[in-house]
Amino acid sequence: MVYLTRKAEFSASHLYHNPDFTAEENRRVFGKCNNPNGHGHNYTLEVTVKGEVDPRSGFVVDLKQLKEIMHREVLDAMDHRFLNKEVPEFLHQIPTTENIAIAIWQRLNAKLTAAKLHCVRVYETPDLFVDFYGEK
Amino acid sequence: MKAHLSRRYLFSASHRLHSEAMTKEENQTTYGKCNNPFGHGHNYTVEVTVSGQVDAKTGMVCNLTDLDTFIEKEILARYDHENLNMLPEFAQEVPTTENLCIRIYEIVQRGFRFAHLERVRLEETMMNSFEYAG
Repeated sequence: MVYLTRKAEFSASHLYHNPDFTAEENRRVFGKCNNPNGHGHNYTLEVTVKGEVDPRSGFVVDLKQLKEIMHREVLDAMDHRFLNKEVPEFLHQIPTTENIAIAIWQRLNAKLTAAKLHCVRVYETPDLFVDFYGEK
Repeated sequence: MKAHLSRRYLFSASHRLHSEAMTKEENQTTYGKCNNPFGHGHNYTVEVTVSGQVDAKTGMVCNLTDLDTFIEKEILARYDHENLNMLPEFAQEVPTTENLCIRIYEIVQRGFRFAHLERVRLEETMMNSFEYAG
């Protein structure tokens, strides 16, 4: 088994707000992230897939295909977007780094056939990141 | 859904690697420049990984403010701008980055109640890092 990781970057804005919380609760739980006008990050995405090395190609996965899927499923949808307003998953779910990692996993897992998805890592900043391994 | 959240923090500290169980020559052979009797320092990066179910109400494994507050109070306030050899936990133990990594893991494991501790990764320099997962 070999693991292969492909990185990508996207920039997006978001805010954290739960409509079931009071205004005071939202401010207490989410702090600065609750600013109603939103704020943004440069996200770094690391997608790790795993598989046996194909004896004919020497690849775990065709990197070109993986890159295309990442672009189509993730970057086209999230890069330079306001996540809360433009990405369907976040119309009713808070776009925390945790939920972004889960949404990206679900988008990619449905489309990846050549290799098995192992981990989606999303860096919100260089000092804060989330790993999702598809665990329930 | 279970996710893993990692956060990186910086602190600077000095230490000297010297074991009372070794002769002077053994210490010099084992620790080299790190055995300098006057000590030396590093900018450490500590990466703490916690895990748990993503809370449906907040979208979070745990509130980052709780993690930051805990690490600030229990780890950074304890180790930042300190001479590690002067601290009680290193009175009998060499303050290698391995041992420091284990001490930090134990403090977080014992005291942090808002998520499950997965591992502590400690970078002594950009070239050296150590991980402890219990």
